[in-house]
Amino acid sequence: MADSSISTPTAPSRPGQTGVAEPRLRLTGISKAFGAVQALSNVDFEVYAGEVVGLVGDNGAGKSTLVKIISGVEQADSGEIFLEGTPVKITGPSAATRLGIETVYQDLALCDNLDVVANLFLGHEELDIWPVLSEVSMEREALRVLSVLDVKIPSVRVPVSLLSGGQRQSIAVAKTILRQARVVLLDEPTAALGVAQTRQVLNLIKRLREQGLAVVVISHNLADVFEVVDRVIVLRLGRRVATFDVKSTTPERVVAAITGAEFGAEVDANGSNGGGSQS
Amino acid sequence: MSEAVKQKQPAPTTSVEVPSRLPRPTVGQLLRTDLGFVPVLLTLLVIAAYFALTTDGLFLTPRNLSNLVLQITQIGVLALGSTLVLLLGEIDLSVAAVSTLCSVVMGVLTERQGVSAGWAILAALVTGALTGLINGLLVAFIRIPSFIVTLAASIGYSGLLLYLLAGQSTLIIHDTFIVSLANNYLPDALGIGLPTLALLLYIGFVVFNYMRRKRAGLRTQPLPRLLLQIVTVAVIVEGAVALFESYLGVPQSVIFLTGLILLCWLLLTKTPFGRYVYAVGGNAEAARRAGINVPLIRVAVFTMCSTLAAIGGVLAASRGLAVASQIDPTLLLDSIAAAVIGGVSLFGGKGSVWTLILGALIIGSLENGLDLKSQGTDVKEMVEGVVLVIAVAADALIRRAQARRGR
Repeated sequence: MADSSISTPTAPSRPGQTGVAEPRLRLTGISKAFGAVQALSNVDFEVYAGEVVGLVGDNGAGKSTLVKIISGVEQADSGEIFLEGTPVKITGPSAATRLGIETVYQDLALCDNLDVVANLFLGHEELDIWPVLSEVSMEREALRVLSVLDVKIPSVRVPVSLLSGGQRQSIAVAKTILRQARVVLLDEPTAALGVAQTRQVLNLIKRLREQGLAVVVISHNLADVFEVVDRVIVLRLGRRVATFDVKSTTPERVVAAITGAEFGAEVDANGSNGGGSQS
Repeated sequence: MSEAVKQKQPAPTTSVEVPSRLPRPTVGQLLRTDLGFVPVLLTLLVIAAYFALTTDGLFLTPRNLSNLVLQITQIGVLALGSTLVLLLGEIDLSVAAVSTLCSVVMGVLTERQGVSAGWAILAALVTGALTGLINGLLVAFIRIPSFIVTLAASIGYSGLLLYLLAGQSTLIIHDTFIVSLANNYLPDALGIGLPTLALLLYIGFVVFNYMRRKRAGLRTQPLPRLLLQIVTVAVIVEGAVALFESYLGVPQSVIFLTGLILLCWLLLTKTPFGRYVYAVGGNAEAARRAGINVPLIRVAVFTMCSTLAAIGGVLAASRGLAVASQIDPTLLLDSIAAAVIGGVSLFGGKGSVWTLILGALIIGSLENGLDLKSQGTDVKEMVEGVVLVIAVAADALIRRAQARRGR
């Protein structure tokens, strides 16, 4: 129990020092076409341990396709994927899970009628003696993980249908932690949440970073992105057009990169400050 | 002093649960969860009181109540199977036909082929399992809506059983073992001993669980509530035993019914399989993504449902001393109604197996009471129809009240 990945936080490697460290997850030269539509062309992507990367872009920019390739739902036409520097093939969603890549989709995939503990361990139940569920140890483990993530809920024995949107999001994320995730992808985690609940989820994302996980946040909400991420990667029309360190940029410049409105090329040059777009 | 404070908080984990954040449950939510059986129980009491008053107390005599319980055995066992399928969010309309078909298989084997009772019963159960397997495969893999698959199966099997009986409308069962199954009463030692043993095991389990949670630093329910729970169960079990003992003893078929419910309850609440059944009924897509083999669960549940229907058929044949070509026209809807009145949601994922006894008792009481009042089938069916509509309407209203409450 004590030796699981979240209780032994690895020293977070800041994007600043990344010239040395190998990214937790790195994709190079990813291309994907759907018929005549080139969804992604020659895209590089990287996320480091203990880092939160915001993946932004307009509709049709290729965000979803990139996430689907990472989570194994789609396979790239060309390009390579490295996990901790080792080349890997992500042939399907279960392969991604085995590699420690977990995706939390917008619909959360929770069973409303089951309680929090049951949802957290769904498909990975612990047993006392076959075939008896070990409710006590699962409940303890659930409480431990939720406390690491600083989640507050009425009880771990209420059906998740009684929880708020933010709490439900927290449960979906905690599920990935229980499965020893190394890379967590969050698809629009704050969409459809109120102010207080958005705060909860952003707090949760910071907790994930503290645990040394590599976190990718796909979001339309730049305010949220700027609050929580370390780097922003901008896709436009299937290409990676810019990379920003949030400390040294403004939402306006990111918007400009997303829309390609003003100074697209210059942003590219300014934005990719050696963070990881070195080939 | 600070040491003492530290020791009082065994785990940092307790900070996760903030009970004050739980919105006060509405009446609707309570009715859906902990107290879901209360309206059903009240309905049953009202019905019982009505018949007791209008039949000069005849309805409440131990003899009549004992008979009433025997009458609902088949409905109860079929309702148990229906409950499993309903939990998945599916429906099985073939339970009555399968039940009758399996009893016919058993009857034809023992009476015409001279097969021994044990093998004939086994053949009936295997027939049930096979029919369920076919239903399950069609639903799970070809994704035909379950009500169509099972409706077709129902029609097909009623033809098959006519074929097997070869024109005979009633086949009398002479085999003493089969006849004894549902018509015997347990000797007092077993009749009192078995339920009491089960009760003691239950109490031991509840207390053990309480201690274990306490030791693990988890939240436990308050002691008075725990005691109330134990006392309630003890009163129900021993009260039922006392009632039966004041007539001829505990009927064997009651032990079969409660034993099967107990097994299914353990399976549903204590094992991963049961959890997967609820998960598939709650959100099949989430279950699939969690790595659960959803088609396998569906096939297994349909197979269990039809096997239970076969058991119900064997017990019914035993009690009726015969198998018939005519499928009891109300059996199918009565068994589904018993499950639904007992609080199993038609939309899947919600319900418990114990409350189906209340549902079956309500349906049985109506039938039995109206018989005592010498009412014909016309009145009986109209009354049952109204009661079923009320039960389903209550289910839908409670659901809506809960949805309005929102997340």
